Amino acid sequence: MATISTPNGFTLDNSGKRVVVDPVTRIEGHMRCEVNVDDDNVIRNAVSTGTMWRGLEVILKGRDPRDAWAFTQRICGVCTGTHALTSVRAVEDALKIDIPENANIIRNIMQLTLQTHDHLVHFYHLHALDWVNPVSALKADPVATSELQKKVSPHHPKSSPGYFRDVQNRLKKFVESGQLGPFKNGYWSNPAYLLPPEANLMAVTHYLEALDFQTHIMRIRTIFGGKDPHPNWLVGGVPSVINIEGPGASTSINMERLNMVRSIINQSIEFVENVYIPDLLAVAQFYKGWLYGGGLSSKNVLSYGDIPDRANDYSAESLLQPRGAIINGNLKEVFPVDLRDPNEIQEFVPHSWYAYADEKKGLHPWDGVTEPNFKLGPNLVGTRTNIKEIDESAKYSWIKAPRWKGHAMEVGPLARYVIGYAKGDKEITEQLTLVLKTLDVPVSALFSTLGRTAARGLECQWAARKMSYFLDKLIANVKAGDTATANTASWDPSTWPAEVKGVGFTEAPRGALGHWIKIKNGKIENYQCVVPTTWNGSPRDNEGNIGAFEAALLNTKVERAEEPVEILRTLHSFDPCLACSTHVMSEDGRELAEVTVR
Amino acid sequence: MRQSTRVLVLGIGNLLWADEGFGVRAVEALNRDYAFPDNVRLLDGGTQGLYLLDHITSTDILVVFDAVDYGLPPATLKLAENEDVPQFLGAKKMSLHQTGFQEVLATANLLGKLPEHLFLIGVQPVELEDYGGSLRDEVKAQIPAAIDHALACLARFGIDAQRRETPLPEAETIACERMVLSRYEDERPDEEDACRVGDDRVLAMAATRVAAEREGQR
Repeated sequence: MATISTPNGFTLDNSGKRVVVDPVTRIEGHMRCEVNVDDDNVIRNAVSTGTMWRGLEVILKGRDPRDAWAFTQRICGVCTGTHALTSVRAVEDALKIDIPENANIIRNIMQLTLQTHDHLVHFYHLHALDWVNPVSALKADPVATSELQKKVSPHHPKSSPGYFRDVQNRLKKFVESGQLGPFKNGYWSNPAYLLPPEANLMAVTHYLEALDFQTHIMRIRTIFGGKDPHPNWLVGGVPSVINIEGPGASTSINMERLNMVRSIINQSIEFVENVYIPDLLAVAQFYKGWLYGGGLSSKNVLSYGDIPDRANDYSAESLLQPRGAIINGNLKEVFPVDLRDPNEIQEFVPHSWYAYADEKKGLHPWDGVTEPNFKLGPNLVGTRTNIKEIDESAKYSWIKAPRWKGHAMEVGPLARYVIGYAKGDKEITEQLTLVLKTLDVPVSALFSTLGRTAARGLECQWAARKMSYFLDKLIANVKAGDTATANTASWDPSTWPAEVKGVGFTEAPRGALGHWIKIKNGKIENYQCVVPTTWNGSPRDNEGNIGAFEAALLNTKVERAEEPVEILRTLHSFDPCLACSTHVMSEDGRELAEVTVR
Repeated sequence: MRQSTRVLVLGIGNLLWADEGFGVRAVEALNRDYAFPDNVRLLDGGTQGLYLLDHITSTDILVVFDAVDYGLPPATLKLAENEDVPQFLGAKKMSLHQTGFQEVLATANLLGKLPEHLFLIGVQPVELEDYGGSLRDEVKAQIPAAIDHALACLARFGIDAQRRETPLPEAETIACERMVLSRYEDERPDEEDACRVGDDRVLAMAATRVAAEREGQR
């Protein structure tokens, strides 16, 4: 290949020097990325490789479907609850189990808690260091930082010069001790960092505040899930018992506990609105000239939708997070999405390390096959165990290539916000309009790395507010005398039909998540997960369409090829999580992003 | 030792990866066999990273059970204390959660809230490459010794555990009741139905090793 045009509208040229980043750091799981840059240091070809093999499906085969949630929530340490929820929904769909209204409300609150928490943690702890330079923060003037803080967020109480001076001293001590901890492995002299020292100090201070605050949010999940850090779930509802007049110390849900939930929700809304959103806007002001990274977002986006307002109604009308698909950038038409239709969602493997009987065809997840086949192309540089340059013309990733009606799609907060905006969702449109106006940028600015990062922040605010809505709903429902939390009528497998299949879906923080299950004689016959990072991190397909990560990296100018700040910035904006999209392969303990330029 | 000293005994690891589940199974067994005063909490930390920060920053003494790779003979117990713990965990990354936990400790340090006393009770795994599998017998056999070490650590601070007259039933596990050891092991489908090797088919070298072993068995 020298130059080729992909059917989905991108031009690839692999003639320039090759930059390899392996592993990509500050993500969950293992991922490798290779790009070619031209003489002007602009990325002209991008190759994303999931370096772990995914084996979840095969260990669920033959297990009790009522246990599947427990296995799926142990895959990794990030969206545990989302997998569990998706799993119980898939089993309920298969067995036609309706859940009580309270169960739906409590599940929504738990899912919204996870979204709020995950977005906040992602922004500060996994992504901020792509924009914020903690070493520069040491040079900041605490008085000027205090003024900046009061300007960008007048209601946040922690804003005195003394406060910032303390943080700066603490940071200094930390840096001088040589234990950089989370700040190690930075490219702190790279000119890609654009914030002045005061903005850096403010952001690093909030990094620490967010670390402290995030621990509170998850307590909501503990109250409803009964257990932390792995809450309990139940096919047919939720395992919590509601006894509103019950004593304070009991494990059931009583008024005292609901008041505690209320207080945490209010604190969360406050933190997001006084810290996260102002930080986002402050950072964006300095980077709004850096609008790389849009990739597929201006073309093809997909969302299954989530947060059903009414129990057991998973139609687009009931889902508060929007559902639909946009193709070829036509925002005037949002297509309906059907997860059961064998012709809509299909997974392809011509560039994935799996074997299908006929690799020209895609398979719907109900008929999905997960048969590993590790083969490398003829243009590989290196050996099987020490790959220097992957050959993307052949199989090159442990991630399959999912397609919606043949299209590569981006999923995640930006996809949801573009779809919500196209559908005229009132809250989403209001939020987006305000941000675009504040930053004085056009709608097209959304289709960027920064736009993806902004959509995540706005969704965090949306999710925190929605928790409040559902808590009100729960209290009203319980006060009206409804305390049911579970429907156990179909608990006994002897009541099940011999063969059934179902699908469960959620919007995980990082995008659309689906579990497809087939149950035969009370046991799992086939279980397939199509996870968000499978969509976004997808390799090429038969037609040569590239996936969202690869598309987003194209045409980005990098300051220094040997310091992949821009590559990490764009990849992190997707909040990749490869633990469930692939499985462990990386053989050693390299923690730094290792970069090779050749 | 003052009455208000807070103690956390934490088991971490991934139950789905054979000996990687050691930490969780150890804390589960400790809770089954012993009762503790109110200031001692036992927790199944699973594969969680930052979610554990809340627990770690609100304790004075932290005891961690985990599977760690120190290049020792398989199933050997390895103990570490205080400043040796994070560096020890960093010896080699083997699993998804481990970097996570090291980072949690670094983060707790950054917040100035590291526990005063840190103990690690680790085991060198026999087998990790068995997705969906359980602890190997040799590793399982180390659980009582690991528990004795934990009790000895706590005894140094005057904390006494009471051995339960009757061990707690499996249904009252502090880990996952859908994945209690007997259910997890007994309901595992056989190899014909559910592939197990996972990584062995991935790493070319490992694949070669498996092929050689299979050859040897014939």
